[in-house]
Amino acid sequence: MSSLSYAAPTSVDAAVKLLAGASGLAKVLSGGTDLLVQMRAGRFKPELIVDTKKIPGVIGIREENGAFIIGAGTPGAVVEAHAGLTAAWPGLVEALDLIGSTQVQGRCSLAGNLCNASPAADSVPALYAAAAVAVVVGPNGTRDVPVEQIPTGPGRTSLARDEFILEFKLPARPARSSDAYLRFIPRTEMDIAVVGCGISVTLDENGVCTAARCSLGAVAPTVLLVQAMADILVGNKLDADTLAKLDAAAQAAAKPISDKRGTAEYRTKIAGVLARRTAAIAFDRAMGKATGKTH
Amino acid sequence: MSKSHVTTTINGEAAEFLCETQQTLLDVLRDVVGLTGAKEGCASGDCGACSVLIDGTLVCSCLVLGVEAEGKSITTIEGIAQGDHLHPIQQKFLEHAALQCGFCTPGLIVATKALLDENPNPTETEARYWLAGNLCRCTGYDKVIRAVMDAAAVMRGETV
Repeated sequence: MSSLSYAAPTSVDAAVKLLAGASGLAKVLSGGTDLLVQMRAGRFKPELIVDTKKIPGVIGIREENGAFIIGAGTPGAVVEAHAGLTAAWPGLVEALDLIGSTQVQGRCSLAGNLCNASPAADSVPALYAAAAVAVVVGPNGTRDVPVEQIPTGPGRTSLARDEFILEFKLPARPARSSDAYLRFIPRTEMDIAVVGCGISVTLDENGVCTAARCSLGAVAPTVLLVQAMADILVGNKLDADTLAKLDAAAQAAAKPISDKRGTAEYRTKIAGVLARRTAAIAFDRAMGKATGKTH
Repeated sequence: MSKSHVTTTINGEAAEFLCETQQTLLDVLRDVVGLTGAKEGCASGDCGACSVLIDGTLVCSCLVLGVEAEGKSITTIEGIAQGDHLHPIQQKFLEHAALQCGFCTPGLIVATKALLDENPNPTETEARYWLAGNLCRCTGYDKVIRAVMDAAAVMRGETV
């Protein structure tokens, strides 16, 4: 018979003690849309599941002086319904919304997507571009960790066994700031990214970029934060020359493998195409030119 | 390993059951509670045949642990009709012959209920995207979508 236990603690301290005290593998449960599938496939054989959703702060969104704090386990459907967050971070909200079906949206979370540590995770490039900070809790208290320091390889994270993410912090936005995320899939819904690209920018009143963060998904063992792409955007308008250089920088940063979703050569080319298209959306949004969803 | 005792609400009525941690809500509904309307198609959250509502939110019951139902309100396909009186969505699925083998139908009807609760007047595109997680391998989707759009019109009071 199984020896799998379940606990749904109502405080961070209780959850940390449970994780630290487990003699075998303990897994943190948010929405379970990856964890339950992986358990059924035999990839994990945990002895304990710690459901964090009853811990205050894990579910919900709040705004503090223009910054947003998103509970780590907040379902995609709840995030998408938040008008203020969608206005400030349309790219991040759309990226999370791209994960799975309506049914999956009822459960899937940013923390689950980040800690599942798939290089093709849709919300993760958008989190990187947003300069999101993960509030990690553990036996030594709380520490703020830039999201790009969480995944270390496919299925692996930098979190200790008795740590988990409580919430994400998104910085307040200067004027003329916005973001976008695009992924390429060979159909219109219910698929996994061949390549993903997240871009967040701030522009001056003339449309010149003053700050940028750019990321690529599914072209390396982890999602990549690509400083070379940001360096090309900053100081420039999004003209043909900048777009060409951005395309080249994205292709240079991409280090994909060939697999059933695409060859390395194809993914590299697509990384450049998506970088141009994503930048165009982010710049238009930052200047207030574009509204509505991109997909 | 002792089983967990779970107190919940299923289709509006108080319910309780015993389950092991690894049992999904789908396992519990079908094998413990005896509600076999929700189906197991893929057991990996891809097909939508096991769709149920938890506190009004559409989910795949194969991706929820039974123990997570504690304190929640679950709606299954068995809770959609009012006694012998079919829900308009069910009636329109019949009228449009929006099923063949019927295996996907409970999930499609529950998912449609969630759609129309949230958006009583969806476009066809919105309905198709909402239902993208409900796979049907025999009908094709056109008759399903016709049934959904017709049911929505009936529920808005526009046609009978």
